[in-house]
This record gives sequence, structure tokens and C-alpha cells, in this order.
Amino acid sequence: MALQSLDITRRSATTTPAPSVRQTTEVAKLIDVSACIGCKACQAACMEWNDIRDEIGTCHGVYDNPMDLTAKSWTVMRYAEVEQDGRLEWLIRKDGCMHCADPGCLKACPAPGAILQYANGIVDFHEEHCIGCGYCITGCPFNIPRLSKEDGKAYKCSLCSDRVAVGQAPACIKACPTGALQFGAKEQMKHYAEERIHDLQSRGYQKAGLYDPPGVGGTHVMYVLHHADQPELYSRLPNDPGISPLVSLWKGVAKPLATLALAGVALGSLFHYVTKGPNEVSKELEDELEKEDAK
Amino acid sequence: MIRNPKDLARYTAHERANHWVVGISFILLALSGLAFFHPAFFPLAQLFGGGTWARILHPYVGVLMAVSFLVLFFRFSALNAMTPADREWLSRVGEMVDGNDHDMPEQGKYNGGQKLMFWALALCMLLLVASGIVMWRAWFDVPVGVIRLGAVVHAATAAVMIALIFVHVYAAIWVKGTIRAMWYGTVTRAWAKQHHRAWYRQVTGKS
Repeated sequence: MALQSLDITRRSATTTPAPSVRQTTEVAKLIDVSACIGCKACQAACMEWNDIRDEIGTCHGVYDNPMDLTAKSWTVMRYAEVEQDGRLEWLIRKDGCMHCADPGCLKACPAPGAILQYANGIVDFHEEHCIGCGYCITGCPFNIPRLSKEDGKAYKCSLCSDRVAVGQAPACIKACPTGALQFGAKEQMKHYAEERIHDLQSRGYQKAGLYDPPGVGGTHVMYVLHHADQPELYSRLPNDPGISPLVSLWKGVAKPLATLALAGVALGSLFHYVTKGPNEVSKELEDELEKEDAK
Repeated sequence: MIRNPKDLARYTAHERANHWVVGISFILLALSGLAFFHPAFFPLAQLFGGGTWARILHPYVGVLMAVSFLVLFFRFSALNAMTPADREWLSRVGEMVDGNDHDMPEQGKYNGGQKLMFWALALCMLLLVASGIVMWRAWFDVPVGVIRLGAVVHAATAAVMIALIFVHVYAAIWVKGTIRAMWYGTVTRAWAKQHHRAWYRQVTGKS
């Protein structure tokens, strides 16, 4: 996205610094689960602004529709019925990309420039550079990106990077009728969340809190949860998400180590030849055989 | 086509063709695989028509290599059984590498190093096929934990295998008169007598 070319923090599969002279304010979307009524206006707004229409699915007997994120559904409402202190609670969570400060997708991506992290915190897929390997899915601690069966590219929520670039809030925020979705500077959102949490605590939700998991360096999509001590209640929101150690090994130390080892073996072979010389058949043996033939 | 009737046949045409199908698929797999492994190698994807083509083709070439390697494995596995003489040879491989092969124990068709290479490559192939399948999203859908493990195993094993092939290729270059065995199938008697004396005796009936 040309407009944002000067404020990129990280670029996938790139070992030199990204253009980053311009500093911008970190933004965040705050999802106040306690104020969400599950109307799916955010889902509809997402489809409308991004101009994508998923296949019409079938009813599974629950509110979830579609049942999961797809390459064409970048946000979905997840409805969980759980019992807390003998009471039934209907926990509704808007699922989608969390825009991690330390994005596992970007770490795993092998295609230069297919995933960008802007200085404002948005993690954006640039599908024209995507090679369709699915490593972003392997790297993501939240199971968010989806490969399209039509074009083999990976898709996910862009936090409406195009809108944010021109000072607009993401489409889902504009559509939310209850104020459960808020958008602004991350600091400001944390401040707003504190008020909400205080209110929830005063109303009996002692464990209410902010979901901004430090394992991924914090996120640019945060939740206010009434049960912040049990995020799994909300359709398996991970308790302590982080980039898998296997992914860190694979796309971390393994890369320079293996490259050095291969260079070492190649150069070692070359210098072995140069210092020891070729292993030729001995002249004596050749002469011996020639003598035998002459007999 | 044997120009010198005294030369010894080491590989049949079928064996050579089989070896080179494995060899060509290995080269294609190493080049495209390195492109996905480290950004420094990503330009190699251009050899395949770009990153997307490299991603599409890599696993299919992998299937070709797996099948052709399996055939090669059954052709040569019996010949690569380790013997005490091979272990003796391996324990003294330092002398060989140092360029002093006068006192090395007598070797059959393959020496201990070649046999070790054979079994190491077979193990690599097994690990690469198993880990490669779980990463092949076009056809398989496995739990992400398995894919993560597969990715690490695939990358680490591939690095080991590329290093082993470097050694394999270098050994063929270093030991003069070797490469022709894989090009057109024959070696000179002197070559056989020097490097694989027990095999020389076996095929010529001489001492």
C-alpha cells in the first residue's frame, strides 16, 4: 500500500530494515465482549467494505454463521454457552486477526513483502506477493489466516488498513450498534478498557480484565472479558498465546545455522581439494596392469 | 557402449538412469526448498517461474524423488550391508581424508563411507517424505501442532541431506575416475583395484 510505504515496522522474509523513518501512533480495536449482542453487523460491514461475499452456507443449528473464518469471511461471531457459578452465560466473541506486535504469521512467511507490519501496529497481507504455502497459518498462535481454494492465497482481517491509512475507523467499528467495538490509539483504548473493567468489577465480575496477551508482545485487537482469568471460555481464546517454540526454531536460529553449516561443508570440500589434491589412481597400478596385458 | 573392453562395468543403464532421476529431482527440490527456508535464497524461486510456482511444484517433485529413491534403495540396499571391514575402514576414515589411503582395509563394491552415506540418505528421505506430507496443504489437512513439528523436521533434515549430497558429489570429484561410472557405467581396472580391491577380485577373478 503506497500510502503507508514509509511507516513499515516489519516486512516478511526481509533481512534489512524496512522503511521506517516515519513514526505513527499505535492503534487498536477494542472488543468489549460484555457489550456485544451478537448481531453480526460487524460481519456484514466487513463483507461490504472489503467487497467479498462468502458462499451461502447451511444452518448448523447454532447462531455461528459461517461456522468458521474463511478466505472470504475475515471476522466471525463465535457463540459459547458456558456455566459459571451455576448460571448459564452466553459468551459471544468476535473472532479475527489480533494484529500481534510479534506476529507469528510474519515470522513464518517465506515470501518477501507478502506480510507487512505497519508502525501503527496493523499486520497486513499483500496477496500479490503471497505464494500460498500456508506458513502463516503454521505460525499464527490464534489460527486466523485461511488459504483460498480459488486462488491459493492466504487472507485475513486487514483491520481495514486502507481506511485507517486515511484516518477512518475500520468498517466493523462503524457498524457496531452497541459500542462494543471501539477504535483509536492503543493507549486510549487501554484507558477506555479500564473504565469498562472497573464498571464490570463493580457489578460482580471480579475477574473482569483486558486481553492484551504479552506472549505475542501485546495485540492491536484487544478484548474486555468478564472472565479474563479464563479466556478459553470464549470459544477457546488462547490463555497465554505465543509463537510456538517450534516455529521460532524453524524460522529463527535454524536459518543462519543451517546456512553456515552448508557453506562450511561446501568451502571445506573446496579447500580439501586445494590442500590435499585429487585422489588419483596410482601410476604403479596402471603400469602393473599394462604389463599383465602385454604378457 | 564400451570403448575399452578391459574396462569394468560398474552400473547398468537402468541404475544410472534411476540415479539421475533421483539426482535431478534432488537438485530441483534443494533449490526450491532453500527458497522457502531463508530469504537469502528466495531469488532461487525465479528458476521455477516465481515463488508460487516453486511452492506448487516442490511437493510433486518430492513425490517423484520419493518414488525413484525407493527404487534405488531396493536396487542397492543389499550391496550396502555393513561388514566388520567397513567399520574398520570408517574408524580410520581420517587417514583417507588426509589423502593417505595406502593402508586402508580392502573394500568391496562400496566402502564404509559410501555405505554410511547410503543409509543416512535413506533415513533423510524417510523423514523428508513424512514431514513433507504434513506440510502439503494442497492435499492434506493435519493439526497445526503436527505441521509445526513437520516444518522443523523438514528443514533440519533437508539441511543435513544437502550437506550429505555436497560430500557425495565432492567425493566423486575428488576420487578421479569415479564420475564416469555414473555417466556411462564403466571404470578402469586400475581404479577398481586401487579403491575397491575386493570388488576388483570378484569381477575379474584375479588377485
